[in-house]
Amino acid sequence: MSSLLRLSGVTLVRGGRTLFEGLDLNLEPGGALHIGGPNGSGKSSLLRLVAGLLQAERGTVERARCALADDKVALDRELPLGRAVALWGGDCGPALDRIGLGALAEVPVRLLSSGQLKRAMIARVISARAPLWLLDEPLNALDSDGIDRLGKVIAEHRSDGGAVLAASHVALPGTWQRMELGR
Amino acid sequence: MIAKLIRRDIRRGLSGAAWLPVAFFLLVATLVPFAIGPDAQLLIRVGPGALWIAALTAALMPIERLIEPDRADGVLDQLSLHGLADEGTAAAKILAHWLSFGPLLILAAIPAGALLGLDREALGRVLVSLTVGTPGLAALAVMIAAVTAGLPRAGALAGLLLFPLAVPLLIFASAFSSQGGSSALLLEAAISLALIALAPFAAGAAIRAART
Repeated sequence: MSSLLRLSGVTLVRGGRTLFEGLDLNLEPGGALHIGGPNGSGKSSLLRLVAGLLQAERGTVERARCALADDKVALDRELPLGRAVALWGGDCGPALDRIGLGALAEVPVRLLSSGQLKRAMIARVISARAPLWLLDEPLNALDSDGIDRLGKVIAEHRSDGGAVLAASHVALPGTWQRMELGR
Repeated sequence: MIAKLIRRDIRRGLSGAAWLPVAFFLLVATLVPFAIGPDAQLLIRVGPGALWIAALTAALMPIERLIEPDRADGVLDQLSLHGLADEGTAAAKILAHWLSFGPLLILAAIPAGALLGLDREALGRVLVSLTVGTPGLAALAVMIAAVTAGLPRAGALAGLLLFPLAVPLLIFASAFSSQGGSSALLLEAAISLALIALAPFAAGAAIRAART
């Protein structure tokens, strides 16, 4: 099968500072890559670059359709959780159940805790039905049950032929390839 | 996606403070007789222009909630990930903004015209000029909301940008409202259309440039 993400010779410059140069990266279906590195090494910027929200200075980015969960919730605060997630892709009931939010579908987003918001963002990623997932610090604010569920969701996504690119400075559940930035 | 976005924005526009610009519009219209005095002839002469100034200031009110909340919350990023060009997002927002602001303002012009003692004919002209001009005003508002999104003191800056750019619209709209004449109306329509055509591209470029 062809790869879901291919970066060749990518250089990213932000605010006059080169974050990384000549980066090559390849993700096949079923693959999972954990990007590590110290704060400010460009992990989040790499995800935004892959998402098409930043432009590379040099090099090419080819990718399949992707879904992004970064530090921005992108869910309407005044709406019940179910309807807010549904804006980003049809029926989100199963996605909410899988991440353990099924019982909260009628609760307005503004009342959710930060851990519940993190789960809601993962539900949003699931219901976007994109082959490539981009997760920025996915474990932040999650409790142990949330981490277990996220691990399962990622494993199922990979066995369905999806791929995951995650940036985190802590270990992630499951088996991951690792890549360090800023070394 | 674009239909979903339009529906969502209309719902947010109407459920939020949709009445606020309208109340503001009526308030400014109420102030005019106090400022000018009760001379009916004079009021009829300045009334249509005063209503347009009121409409312009009312258009400024919602600017800060048109683009900035969606930028800060990542909604604009997600729309781009769902394959919507930033220009498409801007166009959808212009349409949704006009639908949740224009018709209400046009309706509010009826009691406002009565406050200024406008006769049927003059009121009819004001309503026509608002119908033609408010879409352009909505496009301008979204464009300026996108340009100022994320800046400190965006509200004040938006006023400084909006009023000069709205001057051509104001000139022909109030000329038609007070004297009639199809050429003033045609020019107003041309400016309104030009704003509608330009705004999605300017706003889309501004949304892209604001991404960091």
